[in-house]
Amino acid sequence: MSAAETNKGSRLSALVGWIDARFPMTRMMKEHASEYYAPKNFNFWYYFGSLALVVLVLQIVTGIFLTMNYKPSAAEAFASVEYIMRDVEWGWLIRYLHSTGASAFFIVVYLHMFRGIMYGSYKNPRELVWIFGMLIYLCLMAEAFFGYLLPWGNMSYWGAQVIVSLFGAIPGIGESLVEWIRGDYYISDITLNRFFALHVVALPIALIFLVIAHILALHEVGSNNPDGVEIKKLKGPDGHPVDGIPFHPYYTVKDLVGFVVFAALFSCVLFFAPEMGGYFLEHANFEPANALQTPEHIAPVWYFTPFYAILRAVPDKLLGVILMGVAVVAFFFIPWLDRSKVKSVRYRGWLYRAFLIVFAISFVALGYLGLQPATPGYTIAARIFAILYFAFFLLMPWYTRADQTRPVPERVTYDAH
Amino acid sequence: MSEEQVDRGRRHFLLVATTVTGVIGAGLTAVPFLASWKPSARAQALGAPVDADVSKLELGAIIKVNWRGQAIFIVRRTPEMLATLTSPAVIDSLRDPESAESEQPDYAKNDSRALKPEYLVLVGVCTHLGCAPLDRFKPQDAELGATWPGGFYCPCHGSKFDLAGRVFKDVPAPTNLRVPPYRFLNEGVIQIGADSEVAS
Repeated sequence: MSAAETNKGSRLSALVGWIDARFPMTRMMKEHASEYYAPKNFNFWYYFGSLALVVLVLQIVTGIFLTMNYKPSAAEAFASVEYIMRDVEWGWLIRYLHSTGASAFFIVVYLHMFRGIMYGSYKNPRELVWIFGMLIYLCLMAEAFFGYLLPWGNMSYWGAQVIVSLFGAIPGIGESLVEWIRGDYYISDITLNRFFALHVVALPIALIFLVIAHILALHEVGSNNPDGVEIKKLKGPDGHPVDGIPFHPYYTVKDLVGFVVFAALFSCVLFFAPEMGGYFLEHANFEPANALQTPEHIAPVWYFTPFYAILRAVPDKLLGVILMGVAVVAFFFIPWLDRSKVKSVRYRGWLYRAFLIVFAISFVALGYLGLQPATPGYTIAARIFAILYFAFFLLMPWYTRADQTRPVPERVTYDAH
Repeated sequence: MSEEQVDRGRRHFLLVATTVTGVIGAGLTAVPFLASWKPSARAQALGAPVDADVSKLELGAIIKVNWRGQAIFIVRRTPEMLATLTSPAVIDSLRDPESAESEQPDYAKNDSRALKPEYLVLVGVCTHLGCAPLDRFKPQDAELGATWPGGFYCPCHGSKFDLAGRVFKDVPAPTNLRVPPYRFLNEGVIQIGADSEVAS
């Protein structure tokens, strides 16, 4: 090694030392990456957390570039989106990245949430990780809802009309609350303008803070794993969990592989089916908003349809709105509804598994039904699946206790490859 | 300073008093921001009454005018259409036949839900979730069944209303279609958004 190189190396470490004396750079990198010990038995399901982070960055970056050409006014919004699609160089790509990213976000987050439920990742001591996660999900739903109005297509318009009207069901203050949200007597330029502000400024800030809180809470208690074993209980002589491996480089590299596969699938949709047959971008949204003409069939984008199906299944307006809200909020209470001694589905009995499977099927079935017109047959089906959906939460204290669990091993199960 | 000289009661009082004042101050600061979301002066001005010329409206026909961004339905009802409103079969299948729980000006709280029975004026916004109901005035509509007396049908969630905008039972909409405030300026012009002084 030459003297010059040694000199260079020591200069770099001197710079790092200079920064570390003023900012906890190295300490934070160690705490959250190179010395964050994650269980070594992560499987396929553990890709979706980091993928959600990737999609968040994608949405923020593409979103920033979209605002550079988008005009948040009723007179210009629709045309400005068409302008982005046709006249702005690569505008179509940026816009399709953003619209496909929205659906991808929900796919990834739903799988991430299902992972959490399956392996009991919400249980003590990870209740706050779960709650921050649920707040992120709420933020995401609001973000998607506000964003969907911005193209000012006819489905944007009527979708917003339907969702904002939900607040009108609240007795007494309902109507004035709706007027306050819209800032007008109907969904107008004023509403569009404020939804734009919420979509591009307020909610992204809240989202970023919540994501930081979610990760900090996770790193405080440590990650759960498919076995639901607390790896911190068994530490080696070096003081690190024997079943843990440093997040960096082991999981950063693993997640990179997951990202490549995700990016390939994402690109297939992005380049070959960005509208996804009307599921990611609805056909009625290709004509401008028209206050005097409702589209033949109003359906929200696919990620809201399970809740929308519940709303429609209830013949009473206020009760429908309440049950739809409960269907979302119920997730917050899972950590306290689950009375099982074990975390992971691997060591739970068939009673719990049956409930979990029925719940997953109901969620997908409601999602399908929410896309269909409200015919009597479909409404009956939606009612049955809504009951099964709520049964998962309501009966959870009972079936998690009655369930025949199996003994949880001391250490994680892991086959060395 | 020795321990005896600290007046803990006073310290606690000051702490609570400053905290409460601070919280009230912060709460009051939120008022202008929240109030800025209410309809602005311009939005209120644009929500002024509109006139609709109904002198050329044919019997059994509907016109739609725009008031505050909402479609206002004006239907000139035929005697046959008006007859369905008092038919016992129809009234039995309505959720709120007397319009007791529905929104309408007092002068429209009657059998025909109108100032003049011939002219029905409604806000064309479904009371369920704000979709625009379709006019299905023909009785015994193929899609809506043999008992259909004619009325409005909301394509979004299947709510049904009769020819006075009264809601049928077993549909998601909770109340009858709203009747806006309106008045006749003369025989052929209806003004929407301004109340009639005619006592019902």
